[in-house]
Amino acid sequence: MFRIDFNKLRFLLCDDNAHMRRILRTLLHSFGAREVYEAEDGATALEMYSHYAPDIVITDWSMPIFDGLELAQMIRQPDSKGNPYAPIIMLTGHSEKRRVTMARDAGVTEFLAKPISAKGLYHRILNVVANPRPFIKTKTYFGPDRRRNTGSTYIGPERRSGAEAEVLQQPSLLEKARISG
Amino acid sequence: MAKEKPPSLSVQAFSDHHVITQPNRLRKVLRRVDEKDFDDPIARAEKALAGLSGEFNDWMAIECERLAAAHAAILKYGFSTATSEELFRAAHDIKGDAATFGFPTAAAAAESLCRIIEHAPDLERVPAELIAHHINAIQAIVRENAGINNAGMAAALSQKLRGVADEYLAAVNRDRPEHLEAILAPSIVPAE
Repeated sequence: MFRIDFNKLRFLLCDDNAHMRRILRTLLHSFGAREVYEAEDGATALEMYSHYAPDIVITDWSMPIFDGLELAQMIRQPDSKGNPYAPIIMLTGHSEKRRVTMARDAGVTEFLAKPISAKGLYHRILNVVANPRPFIKTKTYFGPDRRRNTGSTYIGPERRSGAEAEVLQQPSLLEKARISG
Repeated sequence: MAKEKPPSLSVQAFSDHHVITQPNRLRKVLRRVDEKDFDDPIARAEKALAGLSGEFNDWMAIECERLAAAHAAILKYGFSTATSEELFRAAHDIKGDAATFGFPTAAAAAESLCRIIEHAPDLERVPAELIAHHINAIQAIVRENAGINNAGMAAALSQKLRGVADEYLAAVNRDRPEHLEAILAPSIVPAE
């Protein structure tokens, strides 16, 4: 059985509703988190993301200025100097199939529908910590692998092409930053 | 965690995509514990949440005031982008928060109102009573919650409103299949 040392994780919460931020903060602190930063809109969250470099982002969808979907898209910029790989958990009242697909296509790592529960939040965090998915970069997408089914028998139209992989070692983000800076 | 040196990436290049694997630096925060470990972070968090519950009635009252104010702005100024968005956000917050605050039937009525705002082709043509009944119902559910046990009545009220709203939305979207599909589709998100 595994436990998470929450006191070693840095969180960024983004929700325009003060009550929901209080609930989230209470849950995270109860789990053991110490570093929890809060933003009430997407623009502030993006600024805090660059400044604090959180390990995990938890964001609402509907917010003023720019919303959680736009925040995810801005974080998932493969050529940005910041970290485009941080896990993003979208916590939202939206639960329709169309919305879940939109969030997935914006690069959201996990989706958690409100009403929030301690168990639901804990397991989403455990999942992003223990089972990170590789990132996929295509002409139109950059984000966590959207396919949870890893079976090789799928032959439908959305199968990715390419047989042999060419493995390239990339410089770390820090090295990239030093080169570009 | 965030101050440590970022590890190198491994990139597999295919003809139409790249697979980028980043060593999992968060794995360091995982620790194996004995099955007999009695420290349960979920139970601890639920207890902390219960400790907040004394404030939930006040929070819900504030959410209801915001909803009423958004409705009042629409009655005064009509359905502009700003007034419609504020009504949606107020209802959407109640949809998301109310069950956590102990008002699941208010959440259901708020969800029904959100669906009307999201899927009605023209908000100006939505019967004013349909929106007003939703707002009155949410306020009544929250107001009466502290009194006698009205859970059954509140649930019946929410279900009735949802039925009327769905019937209206199905009728006005009969030529808009993408909305009709969204209205009729069940939620696909697992509860937990």
